[in-house]
Amino acid sequence: MENVELQQDQVAIPTYTELPYYRKQVRIALRNCGIINPQRIEDYIARGGYLALAKALTEMTPDEVIGVMKESKLRGRGGAGFVTGIKWEFARRSPARPKYVICNADEGDPGAFMDRSILEGDPHSVIEGMAIAAYAIGSEEGYIYCRAEYPLAIAHLKTAIQQARDYGFLGKNILGSNFNFDLHIKEGAGAFVCGEETALMASIEGRRGEPRPRPPFPAVSGLWSKPSNVNNVKSYAMTPQIILNGAEWFASIGTENSPGTAIFALTGKINRTGLIEVPMGITLREIIYDIGGGIPGGKKFKAVQTGGPLGGCLPAEALDTPVDFDSLVQAGATMGSGGMIVVDEDTCMVEFAKYFLTFASAESCGKCVPCRIGGRRLLEVLTRISNGEGKPEDLDEIEYISRNMKEASLCALGQLTPGPVMASLRFFRSEYEAHIYDKKCPAKVCKGLITYRVIEENCTGCMVCKRNCPAGAISGEKREVHYIDPSICERCGICITVCKFDAILIE
Amino acid sequence: MAIVSSNSTTSAADPLEDGRKRAMLLAALYIAQEQFGWLSEEAIRRVAERLDLSVGQVKSTASFYTMFKLQPQGKYRIQVCEGLSCYLVGGADPIIEYVSAKLGIQPGETTADGLFTLEVVQCLAACGTAPALKVNDELYENMTFTAIDQLIERLQEQAE
Repeated sequence: MENVELQQDQVAIPTYTELPYYRKQVRIALRNCGIINPQRIEDYIARGGYLALAKALTEMTPDEVIGVMKESKLRGRGGAGFVTGIKWEFARRSPARPKYVICNADEGDPGAFMDRSILEGDPHSVIEGMAIAAYAIGSEEGYIYCRAEYPLAIAHLKTAIQQARDYGFLGKNILGSNFNFDLHIKEGAGAFVCGEETALMASIEGRRGEPRPRPPFPAVSGLWSKPSNVNNVKSYAMTPQIILNGAEWFASIGTENSPGTAIFALTGKINRTGLIEVPMGITLREIIYDIGGGIPGGKKFKAVQTGGPLGGCLPAEALDTPVDFDSLVQAGATMGSGGMIVVDEDTCMVEFAKYFLTFASAESCGKCVPCRIGGRRLLEVLTRISNGEGKPEDLDEIEYISRNMKEASLCALGQLTPGPVMASLRFFRSEYEAHIYDKKCPAKVCKGLITYRVIEENCTGCMVCKRNCPAGAISGEKREVHYIDPSICERCGICITVCKFDAILIE
Repeated sequence: MAIVSSNSTTSAADPLEDGRKRAMLLAALYIAQEQFGWLSEEAIRRVAERLDLSVGQVKSTASFYTMFKLQPQGKYRIQVCEGLSCYLVGGADPIIEYVSAKLGIQPGETTADGLFTLEVVQCLAACGTAPALKVNDELYENMTFTAIDQLIERLQEQAE
């Protein structure tokens, strides 16, 4: 390359790490994704795979492994953020036998796909992490509970498990250490609530995936009432790197109370979508503008939803919030499992909250009343508001139902279902009020509150809108100004898309 | 995982073994659904017999999970994602309506020729390439009306 000199007007092709999308990323859990062939264990080993397991089995006692995990302060990447090492210690101290290691791969949040990518792109990292956890807590059997919607992830996991057995990383007397461990895959069957750990274990047991009260926590009484350790895919995938490089290395990345990296699935109204892994403490602004490249079409940023359907949204004023477990909660959202959905000025926040609520209430398992009935009632109120039938007392009603769901629901699904509504009400209250008092949708989205009208001076009478209107709501002769009948119009917006003269507006 | 044939002595002595048998239920339901196309009364009864469970236990569990079908299904199950990312890029509703109009069935229904079942499903985790839909186990991303036309045409040809 030294023979090639760049001319003044030439720009060198940037390397991978120079691209704006990758420049600020630090990849720990995603370090192999897209780089190795996930179906070849040799590729994984060539990148330092299974060295951490060898190190743990030959140089460390289980207590030392737990010590390193505690010192690294890795917090559960499933969303709750409990210190993984402490969880392992609880499971280790439980006297009952046998013990189980479980991987929660029931990723169900709309807008989240990082667990799928790790399982598809680097399944061995999860297997290795689980084997290390099993050694630490004293377990010989593990389960990966994976969403059935991820057939490719399941296929790659199956291949990887078989390869690990063939190489002696799973099975009896692993690496001559007298440590035995083997893994099974359990497929879910399409129930979002199974991401809750007690529901997940009920589902592994072949029962309805309904949560039960905690305590007892799984570390004491989990799968088949035996001590069980449940972690998320990302937590296990990070484990080998922590064991290999040490707690200090991991703790040096990110912030003091949220060390390491966070993985987000960047989606929605953003220029560059996809998976990112960034050091904790990076600001939302850096993620959305520097990495994500900002909002497309010159539109204005309105809000970002973190934590998926059980999280919350943050407005533009919160863009400088550092991304870590505690700061996000303080700001009014949650870390969640890593969905990050960006919306622009064209999104109605009432409609946005209603979307998440529709999802969460449909996924309620129905076991406890606050979640089952509360979600429905809340959805009724929101539907009323977005249809323009909102009443002044509705905002109090939302707060009342939300508070009760939060206090009284059995599991996180019910407790957090009101989250998106509460966050949007907190930051975008004026939008709710506009719907209720002025009967207006400021973002011009809610169909019950908008009308389509022809701008007479722009209309050329070309008849394109009339021909394309599926409801037949537009009348008018050639070269004459057209008219949209609001009583027939279904507010689908096709006329605006097809009009070449900007002659239709929404009021 | 070995399934120990159940007799009253083993299950009384080792409740875990009994639990392991029940733990096969979801997998058994998948196998039955694969064989019968859906979970008929007959299929449910057979699963119950094989796993020493009551028909009620099996039905109660099967009905909890959306992926177990208690009605006959079409040869091709078109599952349109209504996740938020699909919704935001203008997918979800228009695509559901389009497929629905094209096949003349509502979500949850099967065409008279038994070829297509239309389903509306939650996030398929293809948010970066939304809107997305699945046909049986195959994922289709960045969907447009034209792409749907071609897809359905191809499936119809395949079925002939």
